[in-house]
Amino acid sequence: MALRTLFSKKAFTTASGFRPIAAGDRCFLRQARGLTVAALPDLAYDYGALEPAISGEIMRLHHQKHHQAYVTNYNNALEQLETAMAKGDASAVVRLQSAIKFNGGGHINHSIFWKNLKPVNEGGGEPPHSTLGWAIDTDFCSLEALVQKMNAEGAALQGSGWVWLALDKGSKKLSVETTANQDPLVSKGANLVPLLGIDVWEHAYYLQYKNVRPDYLKNIWKVINWKYASEVFDEETA
Amino acid sequence: MQHQTLSCCGGVRASSPPPLSFRWSKIKREGGRRLPRCARIAAHLELKPPPYSLSSLEPHMSRETLDYHWGRHHRAHVASLNNLIAGTDLDGMGLDEIVVASYNKGNPLPPFVHAAQVWNHDFFWQSIKPGGGGRPSGRLMELIERDFGSFDRMLEEFERAALTHFGSGWAWLVYTANRLDVGNAVNPCPSEKDNKLVVLKSPNAVNPIVWDYSPLLAIDVWEHAYYLDYENRRADYVSIFLEKLVSWEVVSDRLDVAIERAAERAREDETRRLEDDAEITHSEAVEMYLDSDADDSEAE
Repeated sequence: MALRTLFSKKAFTTASGFRPIAAGDRCFLRQARGLTVAALPDLAYDYGALEPAISGEIMRLHHQKHHQAYVTNYNNALEQLETAMAKGDASAVVRLQSAIKFNGGGHINHSIFWKNLKPVNEGGGEPPHSTLGWAIDTDFCSLEALVQKMNAEGAALQGSGWVWLALDKGSKKLSVETTANQDPLVSKGANLVPLLGIDVWEHAYYLQYKNVRPDYLKNIWKVINWKYASEVFDEETA
Repeated sequence: MQHQTLSCCGGVRASSPPPLSFRWSKIKREGGRRLPRCARIAAHLELKPPPYSLSSLEPHMSRETLDYHWGRHHRAHVASLNNLIAGTDLDGMGLDEIVVASYNKGNPLPPFVHAAQVWNHDFFWQSIKPGGGGRPSGRLMELIERDFGSFDRMLEEFERAALTHFGSGWAWLVYTANRLDVGNAVNPCPSEKDNKLVVLKSPNAVNPIVWDYSPLLAIDVWEHAYYLDYENRRADYVSIFLEKLVSWEVVSDRLDVAIERAAERAREDETRRLEDDAEITHSEAVEMYLDSDADDSEAE
């Protein structure tokens, strides 16, 4: 999995107005409590390997800047949360929740997203077969209909957010969901497991597709990693 | 945008959003029948050009950004708005009214995102100019110093709002006038302190006129506003906006209008209060008169 436990000295940035914690405190906390820090996962392919569907420039910025910022800010917020909890500072605990949700959600969502993509010459775009393929036919009539639905909902989403192919762990049914900003899929239902997510924030496509989000959505299917989606589906429905 | 009828498949989750072509407020004319398409009033809001050429904000905001931001995004909202309101109650209304009506007190109708984004972008282009930046003066500076402590503190707060906004949206400097949005509720001790400058942020298309505030300055923090020129570096975009682009003259003019508007409404409130008082006094007097009249008749 992409989330590695990482113990390291980090240079704390004061992004989003958070106070940096003194280095001494930070080391003590980490060793005493074994705080697991989120880390930026590596991609399984080069930045340029998804071209022409998604440009190398977008992939680099998306991974190295946007996702990294979520990771950094999430870790900052967790450290501050730990201090606040230790001091019994309930106001600070509550105040930190939106930053944790936003940055933590951003980290979760993007970690899934990188696994949802694959270069064409490594199987990207190859449609799903067997179990997931049949489930799609049952719940959406056809793969084309599913793609159309996800594209329609992705294009219609106002502002920033994600469009998901979701599996309900309880009913074993597939559905298309959208979430706003960096809300993870579970915020739409505790039973929902993400099989595929498509980032429709402007940073995901603007340099290449400008305002034409529908073109981005049409093209991204060429590099979608259905194998990953099938693996998650099989695991959850076993 | 299509919506699939999935009646061919069993066990489908009903998770699709409501249809976009909903029926709301379509006005009926001429005895209940809608006018034929050719005779319907066509909504005619226009895409206003910025008050400067599209290249003149370079190097701070590129021609390319203006071409897309104004030429595609803003233009598309105007077209969508005209499309959605044609033949409805909103057709023919002023843009401000359309924004407030379609906001529908927090439960926005489909035209809202387009109406508000047209309003927001018109406002945004007018808030900046080539050779902008510097410092304000006069009454605007006085109020900034009164309400924020200093000009630099106000800039800090504005920057922080713009940088800490999660997702798409806008950051604003507004002039508030403490009005309660309930028909019969009155601010019992209105004072000049209720009217002040405030920094706030709003998500997606929302803008402060729906809260009955007077916006003075706006910065667009949707990614499309800065991505071509600054990529992910929103902080650089916001600093440059404040240092090189903002037109404090326009902000100052807007403040004058806002103050006048607040004074006008205060006068209206006062008049209404006096009229209400007079009405109560008058009706009491009539009652007393009737009672004494009855007494007289009995005496006779």
